[in-house]
Amino acid sequence: METILAAFALILDPQVLWVILASAFFGMFVGSMPGLSATMATALLVPVTFFMGPVPAIAAIVTTTAMAIFAGDIPGCFLRIPGTPASAAYTDEAYMMTRQGKGEMALGAALVFSVIGGVFGTIVLMSFAPALADFALRFSSFEYFWMALLGLTCAVIISPQSQLKGIVSLILGLMISCIGIGVATGYPRFTFGYFELTGGVPLIPALVGMFAVSEILRYVVAPRLAAPPVQTRLGNIFTGQLGLIRTYRKGLLRGSVIGTLIGAMPGAGADIAAWVSYATSKKFSRQPEKFGTGHVEGIVEAGAANNAALGGAWIPALVFGIPGDSITAIAIGVLFMKGVNPGPTIFMNNPELLYAVFLSFILANLLMLPVGWLAIKSAGRLLSVRREILMPIILLFCIVGAFATNNTVFGVTTMLVMGVIAYLLEENGFPVAPIILGLVLGSMVEENFISSMQKADGSILGFFSRPIAGTLGAVTVLIWLSPLLLWLWRRRRAAGASA
Amino acid sequence: MFKTWKSVAFAASAMLGLAALAGPAQAAWPERPVTVIVPWAAGGGTDATARMIAKLLQDELKQPFNVVNRTGGGGVVGHSAIAQAPADGYTIGVITIEIGTYRWLGQSDLKTSDYTPIALYNFDPGALFVAANSPVKNAKEALEALRADPKKFKLASGSSIGGAWHMAFGSLMLKAGLKPDQYTWIPSQGAAPALQELVAGGTDFAPASLPEAKSLLDAGKLRSLMVFDTKRTPGYDAPTSMEAVGQAVKAGAWRGVAGPKGMPKEAVETLTRALEKAHKSAEFRDFMTSRGFGLEWAAGAEFVKFMEQSEADCGTVLKAIGLAKN
Repeated sequence: METILAAFALILDPQVLWVILASAFFGMFVGSMPGLSATMATALLVPVTFFMGPVPAIAAIVTTTAMAIFAGDIPGCFLRIPGTPASAAYTDEAYMMTRQGKGEMALGAALVFSVIGGVFGTIVLMSFAPALADFALRFSSFEYFWMALLGLTCAVIISPQSQLKGIVSLILGLMISCIGIGVATGYPRFTFGYFELTGGVPLIPALVGMFAVSEILRYVVAPRLAAPPVQTRLGNIFTGQLGLIRTYRKGLLRGSVIGTLIGAMPGAGADIAAWVSYATSKKFSRQPEKFGTGHVEGIVEAGAANNAALGGAWIPALVFGIPGDSITAIAIGVLFMKGVNPGPTIFMNNPELLYAVFLSFILANLLMLPVGWLAIKSAGRLLSVRREILMPIILLFCIVGAFATNNTVFGVTTMLVMGVIAYLLEENGFPVAPIILGLVLGSMVEENFISSMQKADGSILGFFSRPIAGTLGAVTVLIWLSPLLLWLWRRRRAAGASA
Repeated sequence: MFKTWKSVAFAASAMLGLAALAGPAQAAWPERPVTVIVPWAAGGGTDATARMIAKLLQDELKQPFNVVNRTGGGGVVGHSAIAQAPADGYTIGVITIEIGTYRWLGQSDLKTSDYTPIALYNFDPGALFVAANSPVKNAKEALEALRADPKKFKLASGSSIGGAWHMAFGSLMLKAGLKPDQYTWIPSQGAAPALQELVAGGTDFAPASLPEAKSLLDAGKLRSLMVFDTKRTPGYDAPTSMEAVGQAVKAGAWRGVAGPKGMPKEAVETLTRALEKAHKSAEFRDFMTSRGFGLEWAAGAEFVKFMEQSEADCGTVLKAIGLAKN
């Protein structure tokens, strides 16, 4: 109890509060700018944290990332541009809702459930960090391989129309992810001797191109056909959110749990958490046919998951100094610089500091409600802008965002090329979301497959020889075979009934 | 509204005019912002040191030094971008040990002579780790076990294939008379995932730097067998390779500042002076020590020699590992 009081004293310091407030606005801004991700926001903060004590430094990072992950939903909702990769899973859904005049509900859900997910992740972090970190540390490449395959399976689930076309898109994404220097072999592939391509196709420009540029192209080709948005003003975003919590309480809990766990896995963060929980949401929904048509259920679950993942990622980071995602990788560096060494001893040596960090998580998530409301309010004016004025401005923002990721024109080229590809694909009924998923997971699948095969001396049985890997493998194979098994079972039952 | 725009426009043109006037007067480099290219991701070790250096240079030379991360391809993209930038002194970058490997690995044609090396500022020795429950007690036993049955063990490369830690472990093996190409090396994206694999039981030995393993060492999940250096690292109880197995080795990762080939002499001189001052400052020393980065200094011709030696060493090790393609 004394430590908690001491932690409160640390966090209620006016300087800390001021830092948290400033970081909140900074995070909102960066997150809602397409092309600027939460990771980049954290990296930009690092030089500023040189001049802060450990508590404000960590509070700044925590607040900024929480805000940025939520804020990524705002341009997704209005403009179909995911502000950060963590919003990509449900950008289409949110955009569809806005076009149907349900923008306030989509944004309200994104905000409210981000807050709940974020708080949930923090509570798990506070209560179970050492045990969960121990579990996460048992994952080797075998386990990661199955996890990545499970992630790829999501692509098929989330494809709105034809599952076959979803698989084609996914494979296209996986093939794009092969470009660049192979992680396992260290040899350049499909680079045509061009040095920019040795780094592979950058994710964020591809993301912006596939969602936003393709939308702009659709408008350019048929400005009349692209229906004007029904909505020109946003209503109260908090209307009906309590009802949503009640209706989707199971999904909310599932999203928060999945998000925290995926976040706790080193190497997988908020992006993957959002994809997976969007897919589980659809899989377990009573109305899976409504997904992809402007249905809020997936936003509830995935919106909670990506913010829960932020807390989860701190679990291995604080306990073992192993980053749970790219953000905590930076945060660990900051902790070291402040003389706070992550490790099990942090719970004994600096408990009040640790609790101060936890409190800053909670404070940041609660602050998200008013700041997020402000951000949505001011962004809502976009709705009343005429589309022929808005579209060129969006393109301008896309170009700036694609350039900013790596400060190179190559990013802009990538974005434009991907935009044209996505436009052609979507015109022919191929969904773009699976391509992004393939890009995100491609190297993870490949790298873990090859290193597992090396470890098992080429024996495929290695993938089943460890308890966790065996279980994950069995589950994955069962999910793949489930349509076939169900079909066989129904046929037998039908045969039994007729006999 | 209109009025505001007008005054902004006036202020802007006035400033432009002033800048034009001031131009020839203060011709000394740098007269405009300098871009610092970092070939590794934001938030990593190289990025952290680069941002610190950029800040100190900015304080000293009174011009913004903007850090730009050009990531990907195991550093090839960023290193190429530094080499191909205009050699006017307004684009410099941080280069790392990997620069000496690309040519051998067939990843790029980059070599020392494509750069104007300014100064080396950091060296981090590698170290060898096992999981806490490993039957191997010390470095001597480790090498004996590796010698006795090369096929029995899986070795983490601790970095990408042919990366810094992979080569550090390789050069120790060469010294100790082991053949690095007889072993199965498991690549990873860096030290953290490699150490995790080691704890998870996926590999038997992993090389990385001591600070990178600090938390896991403190947690009692890992043991350090030796550090590939001629002196011990303060704060860690890892013996040097000389003490542990009787081999003097100094192998690890280094970082330095360089520009494209043919940078103006004046810029090189000013930059070297500013860097040396930054390197000596208490702010830089405190930062490097608190993050666990080793301090090292070599400038100009000395740094060129160091880079050439490093490139040759990389070739020797990579050939021995069986990775060199040419």
